[in-house]
Amino acid sequence: MISVPGLVAQFAVLALAVLLAPMLTGWVNQCRAWLQNRSGPGLLQPYRVLGKLFSKEVVLAHNASPLFRGAPYLIFGCLALAAAIVPKIGTDLPLNAAADAIALVGLLALARLFIALAGMDVGTAFGTLGARREMLVGFLAEPALLMVLFTASLISGSTSLATIVEVLAHKEFVIYPSLAFAGVAFTMVSLAENARIPVDNPATHLELTMIHEAMVLEYSGRHLALIEWAASLKLFVYSCIGLALFFPFGVAQRGDWLGLLLALPVLGLKLAVGGFLLALIETLSAKMRIFRAPEFLATAFLLAVLAMLLHVLLGG
Amino acid sequence: MEPGPLHATLAAAAAWLVIGAAGLIRPRNLALSSRFLFPAGAVVGLVLAAAALEGVFSAPRSLVLPLGLPDLPFHARTDALSSFFLLLLGAVAVGVSLFACGYLRPGEGTPPGLHCLYYHVFLASMALVLVADDAYFFMVAWETMALASFFLVTSDHQHAEIRRAGYLYLLIAHVGAIAILLCFGALQAGTGDYTFDNMRAVQPSAGYATAAFLLALFGFGAKAGIVPLHVWLPEAHPAAPSPVSALMSAVMLKTAVYGMLRVTLDLIDQPLWWWGVIALALGLVSALGGIVFAAVQTDMKRLLAYSSIENIGLIFAGFGLTLIFRGFGMGALAALALTATLYHCLNHAFFKSLLFLCTGSVLHATRERSLGKLGGLIHRMPWVAWCALIGSVAIAGLPPLNGFVSEWLLLQAFLLSPGLPQSYLNMLVPVAAAVVALTAALSGYVMVKFYGVVFLGQPREPKLAEAHDAGAWERTGLAWLAAMCIVLGLVPATVIGLLDPVTRALTGHGMASLAQGWLFLAPLQPERASYSPLLFFAVTALLVALTWLAVRAFYHGHMRRAAPWDCGFPFQDARMQDTAEGFGQPVRHVFEPFFRIEQHVPSPLDARPYYREVHEDRLWYWLYLPVARAAEYATSLVTLLQRGRISVYLTYSFATLLVLLLFVG
Repeated sequence: MISVPGLVAQFAVLALAVLLAPMLTGWVNQCRAWLQNRSGPGLLQPYRVLGKLFSKEVVLAHNASPLFRGAPYLIFGCLALAAAIVPKIGTDLPLNAAADAIALVGLLALARLFIALAGMDVGTAFGTLGARREMLVGFLAEPALLMVLFTASLISGSTSLATIVEVLAHKEFVIYPSLAFAGVAFTMVSLAENARIPVDNPATHLELTMIHEAMVLEYSGRHLALIEWAASLKLFVYSCIGLALFFPFGVAQRGDWLGLLLALPVLGLKLAVGGFLLALIETLSAKMRIFRAPEFLATAFLLAVLAMLLHVLLGG
Repeated sequence: MEPGPLHATLAAAAAWLVIGAAGLIRPRNLALSSRFLFPAGAVVGLVLAAAALEGVFSAPRSLVLPLGLPDLPFHARTDALSSFFLLLLGAVAVGVSLFACGYLRPGEGTPPGLHCLYYHVFLASMALVLVADDAYFFMVAWETMALASFFLVTSDHQHAEIRRAGYLYLLIAHVGAIAILLCFGALQAGTGDYTFDNMRAVQPSAGYATAAFLLALFGFGAKAGIVPLHVWLPEAHPAAPSPVSALMSAVMLKTAVYGMLRVTLDLIDQPLWWWGVIALALGLVSALGGIVFAAVQTDMKRLLAYSSIENIGLIFAGFGLTLIFRGFGMGALAALALTATLYHCLNHAFFKSLLFLCTGSVLHATRERSLGKLGGLIHRMPWVAWCALIGSVAIAGLPPLNGFVSEWLLLQAFLLSPGLPQSYLNMLVPVAAAVVALTAALSGYVMVKFYGVVFLGQPREPKLAEAHDAGAWERTGLAWLAAMCIVLGLVPATVIGLLDPVTRALTGHGMASLAQGWLFLAPLQPERASYSPLLFFAVTALLVALTWLAVRAFYHGHMRRAAPWDCGFPFQDARMQDTAEGFGQPVRHVFEPFFRIEQHVPSPLDARPYYREVHEDRLWYWLYLPVARAAEYATSLVTLLQRGRISVYLTYSFATLLVLLLFVG
């Protein structure tokens, strides 16, 4: 099941994803700046921020436990693995056999659990507030994401991500009503999970409205850098899941080396378009009150369940 | 007949009884119980687990015991199903008994010797429930189990609330036992022979079989804590000492699952598919209701008790799915659903006993059960805190620990359902899968609340600074259970090999031949779904280690300790952290119709403002209180007859005689 060239390719993809993920964040920020009539900091700004944070001293609270110090590494590791198992340019990924769609959701949930625990570790008011809100977003977004993936796996008859993408990429071009519903649900979930407007504002400085930022207020230096990097990876992972499920065209088949070469620029293009759309959504919508977030996410969840029901009803 | 696993099991049960009786030699001697008897009980548990492991793979063996009534001897039998549950009992008992060695303290409630007696009788009776092969023996063992656990629950019987909890538990246990008794009555189909062999042989009519199933569902459901019969669980678990809560939640609830499986899949040969729908629906309601209530609890043991209701709900959902598949003759899928069910039984036994024992250590160290008065214990009790972290991650159903494996298997079983011949059943399946997914996600929420409030943050009370970590015995017990959580999570293919004889015996299909070696878990074909926790864990660990090394290699390691930042607010204190109520508030808000809420919110003009909020179970008012009132009314009618004057009673006798003469004459 596992071959050496496959493993090498797998780790190459992983390294590429980890290194390029901050650029996607930079691109989204740049697009947002353009849309808001600002000139923007450029694509490489996230790297500069990471470099700055890594070279800074870590200031740790007196009562921070080992869990607080270990969590950034664990979260980063989880999201890196998630980035490795989502098919992006090819479906010949050996790690795919180790973790399917359900395990991917589990992996993202594991990262969330640890970041929430780390938020509660120092015991500040904002940390626990952020952890509670993050888990509130999570407990509705996680099943919604799972239902979206289930819709896709019912269509393809498999929960293996590689098989899902292969089947979806090579079906005849018809619009599946179930996938349309799932697509809307997935968009809503990814906005919430990546701490984007309308659920959260990644650029906020107002503590009372924070979700994600409130949890990581106590982090500094290299720990904060890892968390920021992991957040970029998360955006990258969600974008890739969305592309793999709803726009899988251009992903190379097993053993298709030429297709692999072609797939890389296609992926870059798709990510660029996706990032622009994300910036557009963020610019066009206003942040909602935190109490409205459960309604937003419950809608996403129900849409995802509807998508599954539609698949069963209509068989497509 | 040469000795086999059955003999070993009976010997283990007898050994537990002897150990229990030995506690009576010097009931007030703590050292005797905690240094000799409880360790011996742990060794017996290990022996039982080893024997049961052999029993899973050996042919069924039965034995007529020289015990019981003159014409009604006890029949005992081990087969794959009972051996599996015996294995669970033995393996959990090892950890819990080791923990109990260090947990018993002088001068608390029941004397240690008596406690030792109840505890070991409880263990032995659970083993006997699992080997019983006739209704009479089963009921005797079942009632012994209920009584032994009742005395354990009421260990601290000085407190009125504990007596009340014990009463409620005893009441529901006995109402359930009556249903089980009637179920066996329906199963023997008028033959008058109450051995399980006979029940397997006779085929009751569909009506009788359905009656038997519904009675079994009521009786075993009451013991397992299925909604609406769950109300005793959150009362009894917090009342009992922690090792007892651990055993009750981990093993006793599973004996009810065992009974359910035994009756429906073994004794009744042909289950109808719509029974499965009932079990599935009840399971899902219990799962969601249990976890939603767990989210708003402020007492750590009540929180875990509600989480047990959730897990039992998931187990019943898997069981219902098994029945549906089996009813439609889809044997391989029934085997998959049953595998998920049994795997979850095993997982829940380990992580729940681990967490209950952790709360026991916290309780001993701090004398505090309320989540609102704990916090920051990871610094004071690191050993307990790390074990509890393993348990919390496992119970939240996250990879690579064991909770995820059974969740994964259960979701796979759901995903494969859209091949069912009933179209409306097919439509129910997505909804059911959504409920399972929502439950799993909520359990993550609950575990962050539980772990974060108890172990992380700042201590909410000054006295927590004196908390001490668990002793050596307690650590050993915790480590054993935590290790089992990890092992069950990492080698699922091996564990499925263990479940294979059970599913083969009950559904005619096994899963082992389909597992792809020891590394990969692939219940059907690898291209449909596969999961390899070992590889998953190895890669995650590798990535974490690489990140750590890279950061160390390229950047300086400067670090400084300072006061928490908290946005520059200098007057931070422990009371500004979220309380348990605060952390549960969003769930309460989202699932408001589930609760009956009494709230007192102070007005701005109150001179002495206070805030009070009580969440109660609506079922208590909708179901239990009306039933209780009806029962009271019925008893008050009886008192009309009971006048307490001898002349009245003599009149009754005379009237009865007259009526009888009328009939005879």
